[in-house]
Amino acid sequence: MTLTTTRSGAAHAAPVKGKDRSRRSEALWGLAFIAPTGLGLAVFYLWPVLQTAYFSLTEWGAFGGHTWTGFDNYLRLAGDPEVGQALRNTLLYTALGLAAIPLAIVFAALLNVKGLRGVGAYRTLFFLPVVTMPVAIAMVWRWLYNGDYGLINHLLALVGLDGPNWVSDPATALYALVVVGVWSSLGYNLIIFLAGMQAIPKEYYEAAAIDGAGPIRQFFKVTVPLLSPTAFFVSVVSVIGSLQLFDLVYVMSGSGAAARANPAFPRLQTVVQLFYDRAFVTNDRGYAAAIVMMLLVIIIALTVLQFRLQRRWVHYG
Amino acid sequence: MRKWTRVGAGVFGAIVALSACSSGTGSGAGTQAPKEASGPVTLSYAVWDANQKPVMEELAAEFSKANPTVKVQVQLTPWADYWTKLKAAATGGAAPDVFWMNGPNFQLYASNGVIRPIEEQVDASVYPKPLVDLYTYQGKLYGLPKDMDTIGVWYNKTLFDAAGVPYPKDGWTWTDFQQAAAKLTDAGKGVYGTAAQLGSFQEYQYNTITQAGGYVISPDGRKSGYDDPKTIAGLKFWTDLITAKHSPDLKTMTDTTPLQLFEAGKIAMYWGGSWNVTEFSGNDYTKDKVDVAPLPKGEKQATIIHGVANVMSAKTAHPAEAWSFVKFLGSKQAADLLGKKGPIPAYTGTQGDWVGAHPEFKLQTFLDAVSYAAPFPVSKNTAAWNEAELTQLTKAWTGEVPVEQAAATLAATMNDLLAKE
Repeated sequence: MTLTTTRSGAAHAAPVKGKDRSRRSEALWGLAFIAPTGLGLAVFYLWPVLQTAYFSLTEWGAFGGHTWTGFDNYLRLAGDPEVGQALRNTLLYTALGLAAIPLAIVFAALLNVKGLRGVGAYRTLFFLPVVTMPVAIAMVWRWLYNGDYGLINHLLALVGLDGPNWVSDPATALYALVVVGVWSSLGYNLIIFLAGMQAIPKEYYEAAAIDGAGPIRQFFKVTVPLLSPTAFFVSVVSVIGSLQLFDLVYVMSGSGAAARANPAFPRLQTVVQLFYDRAFVTNDRGYAAAIVMMLLVIIIALTVLQFRLQRRWVHYG
Repeated sequence: MRKWTRVGAGVFGAIVALSACSSGTGSGAGTQAPKEASGPVTLSYAVWDANQKPVMEELAAEFSKANPTVKVQVQLTPWADYWTKLKAAATGGAAPDVFWMNGPNFQLYASNGVIRPIEEQVDASVYPKPLVDLYTYQGKLYGLPKDMDTIGVWYNKTLFDAAGVPYPKDGWTWTDFQQAAAKLTDAGKGVYGTAAQLGSFQEYQYNTITQAGGYVISPDGRKSGYDDPKTIAGLKFWTDLITAKHSPDLKTMTDTTPLQLFEAGKIAMYWGGSWNVTEFSGNDYTKDKVDVAPLPKGEKQATIIHGVANVMSAKTAHPAEAWSFVKFLGSKQAADLLGKKGPIPAYTGTQGDWVGAHPEFKLQTFLDAVSYAAPFPVSKNTAAWNEAELTQLTKAWTGEVPVEQAAATLAATMNDLLAKE
């Protein structure tokens, strides 16, 4: 905008000036239209992010009142075994969640089969977990996973197997969590893939059929490559979501402070949960701010990496 | 999932934002601020228990009868969010005028100047001494105790009868308890003598540590007692029960809480608080099968006592009115009303109604315990070492690390944390 004003300030012909004015008023209107969102974003997202960045360089007590400590929090972060542990758990959870994305493609393809009876009912069933409260999901799964009275171990006992205490055994806890995470996000991913599939022109399939490709071959040679932009979107969103995992663990590991009495807690703790404990439980907010800043950097780095890598595997039309 | 994490981040953001515009919007009372004249004043009063909200409103109405110019607005915030919200409000200078306080949080609020000490000389001898001490910081009393709770052994009479074990008697000992636990355990039926719970120290570890003659924190609040051999004996009491399989292991207790196991008839003896009366008298299984006995004696007899107090915000716009309300809440008149409907009132001699409400249980047990009650261990940032207790002792409870070693690590961690306070 400053550019246009200086240009119009120069001695130019009148019509150019008029054009400039209308362009400027257009820009002003544009700004006016995005102002509500922009302002909200600035006040509720951008400003807190900047504040958090600042607080991560301070020691911040329970009731405000902070003292500047420079990079102390970050040095402490680097040597804190709990941070390493939470990071490992979170990254493993993210990787396993990413590995499960093909599952959503397969189910989407099955639901996309022409003439499938009761397709509406199936789609509703798959989507149901997405519209269910995560806390409710976690509570129900907690009961399913119960070592002594859970349905899963009851069924295993029928075939003579002795199931573990799924969410309180360090060996199984994280995987049990991944299953719930994948199950609850399957419906969301599936809907996106379904939309992606339906956007693929029929002509490609007709051409493939004429060339003699069967349904399986069509799936791998037509559907999968043309679905790669959708898969890219899903993987970016899923990685960010997984890195921010909190509620599921919070409820499934035993709710709040008592969660630490769960023997599997060291295998379940996530970065956001650690942040929560430092910020709201132990009144160590400067350090908590440093933890989320670290998470922010990781999320940005992984997202940039994904955008870089997309050139190698994403085909646009 | 995504939505929720965003909410979590939002909460933090909101707190940051709150602290940025520190003047805040006021708690309803701050806006009017009549300085000299006794114009109409509204006090805000924050509580966390939905069950007690009606009684609190009744007390507020009773107070307004005697003080027609003062109105009290009871604000309920559920326990899960109470401290988070209060901290945010206090940070923004908008804490309620009067609010409920508990032991673990008290010194944090007092040392940061968030609550106001009581200036008037009050007769504190009408409350149990450990509760008065709990709310005293650097020689100043900050709150008047509202209610109290002590711990007892809730036992399942049906399981005792089935195993042919006599009911616990007053003055029973650790050995009696251990023997009863052994006899009551029936592995075939999945029944255990007791449950060595880890997540709730008030009903478990703190009691046995005191009974063994140990301590959690030194009286001056500077040093951890977890490396004291007697404290360790108080911890071993529980881990031995797990090793002997007279208690479920930690995994089982994580999946199904001891309370749930007790209410399903799988645990014969459950260490619980006086607050469990409501739960056990309402539960279809427990209401006619359980009773309560005093805690067994170790080296000495002891129970942990805790209670909620009413405190005033340091920044209240109406300090005089806030104090007269707190004083009223701490009076015999208020305690009499509370005893009819709520928990055990802290005011000595007003507990008769509470005991009489459930003649099916020997509730006098909880009152008798007051004479040998020990204070709840706290310091300025109790929550920090409470977390360390769980992190370190989990390893001892699973048997991964010997109790002595876990306790030594815990003592070192706790001392570091106390040094930072």
